Amino acid sequence: MKKTVWSMCGMCSVRCPIRVEVEDGEITWIEGNPHILKRALCAKGAAGVALVKDDERPQQPLLRVGGRGAGRWDAVSWNTALEYITEKLTGIIQKHGARSVMLSCRGGPFMDLFKTFIHGLGSPNFTNHDSGCGRNVHHASKSVYGLGRKDFVYDIKNARHLVLFGRNLFEAFRIAEANQVLDMLDAGGRMTYVDVRQSTTGLKATRFFMVRPGTDYALALGMIHAIIKKEYYDKAFIEKYVNDFDALVSFIEPYTPEWAAKECGIKPKGIHDFAEEVAMDRPRVIFHPGWMLARYRDSFYSSRALHILNVLMGNIEVKGGQIFAKGPGDYGQKGLRSLDAQVPKPSERRADGVGWKYKHFDKGPGLFHLFYNAMLTGEPYPIKALFCYRHDPFNNFPDPQAQKEALDKCDLLVSIDTHYSEFGWYSDVILPESCYLERESMVATQKGPSPRFIVRQRAVTPRFDTKPCWEIFKLLGDRMGIGKYFPYNSIEELWRWQLEPTGHNIEEFNEKGFISLADKPILFDRDNLEGRFKTPSGKIEIISQVLTDAGLPSLKPYESPHAPPKGQFRLVFGRSAVNAHGHTINNPLLFELLPENTLWINKREAGKLGIQEGDWVEVFANGATGTIRAHVTEFIHPEAVYTIHGFGRQVPLQTRAYHAGMSDQKLQRGLLQEMDPAGGGLCLCENFVTVHKSSRNLVRRVEL
Amino acid sequence: MRKYTIFLDSKRCIGCHACEIHCKTKNRLPVGPFLCEISHKPLVSVKGVPKTMFHFRSCYHCEEPFCVPVCPTGAMQKREDGIVFVDQVKCIGCMACVGACPWGIPQYNPETGKVVKCDYCLDRVDQGLKPACVTKCTTHALKFVEFKEIQ
Repeated sequence: MKKTVWSMCGMCSVRCPIRVEVEDGEITWIEGNPHILKRALCAKGAAGVALVKDDERPQQPLLRVGGRGAGRWDAVSWNTALEYITEKLTGIIQKHGARSVMLSCRGGPFMDLFKTFIHGLGSPNFTNHDSGCGRNVHHASKSVYGLGRKDFVYDIKNARHLVLFGRNLFEAFRIAEANQVLDMLDAGGRMTYVDVRQSTTGLKATRFFMVRPGTDYALALGMIHAIIKKEYYDKAFIEKYVNDFDALVSFIEPYTPEWAAKECGIKPKGIHDFAEEVAMDRPRVIFHPGWMLARYRDSFYSSRALHILNVLMGNIEVKGGQIFAKGPGDYGQKGLRSLDAQVPKPSERRADGVGWKYKHFDKGPGLFHLFYNAMLTGEPYPIKALFCYRHDPFNNFPDPQAQKEALDKCDLLVSIDTHYSEFGWYSDVILPESCYLERESMVATQKGPSPRFIVRQRAVTPRFDTKPCWEIFKLLGDRMGIGKYFPYNSIEELWRWQLEPTGHNIEEFNEKGFISLADKPILFDRDNLEGRFKTPSGKIEIISQVLTDAGLPSLKPYESPHAPPKGQFRLVFGRSAVNAHGHTINNPLLFELLPENTLWINKREAGKLGIQEGDWVEVFANGATGTIRAHVTEFIHPEAVYTIHGFGRQVPLQTRAYHAGMSDQKLQRGLLQEMDPAGGGLCLCENFVTVHKSSRNLVRRVEL
Repeated sequence: MRKYTIFLDSKRCIGCHACEIHCKTKNRLPVGPFLCEISHKPLVSVKGVPKTMFHFRSCYHCEEPFCVPVCPTGAMQKREDGIVFVDQVKCIGCMACVGACPWGIPQYNPETGKVVKCDYCLDRVDQGLKPACVTKCTTHALKFVEFKEIQ
């Protein structure tokens, strides 16, 4: 019997809605939800079938028996594993208090469950991956609008001009967004792309700036200068909604397009022509403020400048601009009931210092890397237990070796994941989660111009002794004496409990896979946006009150990035369209497409080093080394070398991914605490490496 | 008379290779054979923007295919609508077709010991659907085109 299951992809964190066909317990077809994605699905999403069939994932709970990372495991029952965790955790809480326990996840729409567990235990220490990703963008957005980066959606389809500073949205892509961009281009829209190399996104650009690595902020300042001097900005909007515009006008004075062009290594005419274009296209111009901007020391200020450029365009709440993400409340509907809201808020201060030591950072997830300091120093108090749910800090943050030194101060490390993460391999217990096609998830809200409730439904029964996270946390909660915060015995009961105040029921998902909360998208009245901006002043702030209070500049004078010392390069990294960081590398179908990454190196620089296309090269950085094949191209800046992130994995049970390609984060030695003080993001591209042609290229053979 | 072809709108293609995996999963292919393929030429700078075009290749479904007459069992066949396909029951995996095709289109499936090739997902076409690669193309860049005679 063939049946349709409406679900949600789990191959990457975009979580595209999918329709799955199942015949006799086997998945025969996965496609994008026809109502939303018109069946489109990417390579990763299609390879979900191979994930289910893959045996190279944890098949039952595992308890470490050797040293950490030695890879000796006891396969145990769920009961034994949960008992072990309960006993250890109880001991830790008795000795060090509940605050010594922390939990991290990747983030996303299902955080309610994980927050409930950690807050239920009495610890404030919930965190996620974002200090190695988008925190700078988020905090920059907060400092300008008082709203997070996800409080706006971009109406790209109706835009006339999309400006991307390294936002490689055709390789690190969201299907719906990629289609919007192509629709915009098909309709004659323009796209300006800025990067240190050419990417697939840049191929479609109408204007391309290859800039010197680390000079994004300079180019953004030059653009602001050109737009302000020629008065190409939306005066009425700025008059009405923006504070301290004069401060911007005087600050920008020295940052002429000519200066910016020189700093970035491009032609000034390009910036002037660009300004003319956006003057014509305004207000339907979107400056994407960046996605993964844990890169340079001034990435927060680059992102802030891009947010300011959007303000100059006056593109807020207009067709083809930035639109306020609407929730159920904006359409007169009730939201989902939250588990975490039932838990008393822990009164303890966070161990990462966010909220009291660092008042300008968003308290929600705090900053993961700062917990490593608490582990090492015991200040402000010790952290002794770490749960990582669907999060691999070794693949996310720099310098896994430095992370291990901090983790060695912990008495309990638990990895809850569908696959062997590098962190999991180092942990004490692996609790295997059923993969996304084998499990359900809670109902979640997807904000946007037309908000929806979304849910993941189980397509097939788990192949191994794995469990879904809603059950894992309930079992842990019950054992830890906080079962009352998990008021359900089955997923159906949990869905019902969540949906009860909304008046909707789970059966409604069977029609289209989602519950639409709006018949038609609405725009707020653009002339009456008062109260929408959540800054202290209620206005868009050029000078952020929050930053000033923290003793930080809102408009930071530009500092030129260091050029790499002679013979060295700046190591930059990015995504490919066929992998989602490290966790899909071992997928048999995706591995066949991209079995290893390469090191992009500028043709002229490669020539000096005697490196040819396909040669093995050795990459050195502060005592760490990697070996990788070279890709020689003229389309990367001479100061940079580039590689795809996520490779060079060292989990022996992942036979395909094991030591395939080179890991960038293992070369990021000493960068674990290199934090942008204003944005909280790590500076992962502040890394110089030496590249040599490898001795492995010799081809003489003396054996038979 | 050939009735169908697959067209790639290169302007929309982002080289994500999803079509290759849609094909492999629909046809339950193991590691090894690819029945369709996305490729591109090296980049060249066009008015300051480094550019390239993506190309899609599956079987050409020739008017007079080389692979059909060399098949000793009659497994390789051409339908009235021009679709060239392998009857998996009749195929003995002798690889004669593999040698005959100038473009290396038929490929060996190590799991079944037989030959596989693009047949435009003819089971889907017969149900009025489109091939898997076209149906699920990430950016709707692939089109399944039906030729019509112009009067």
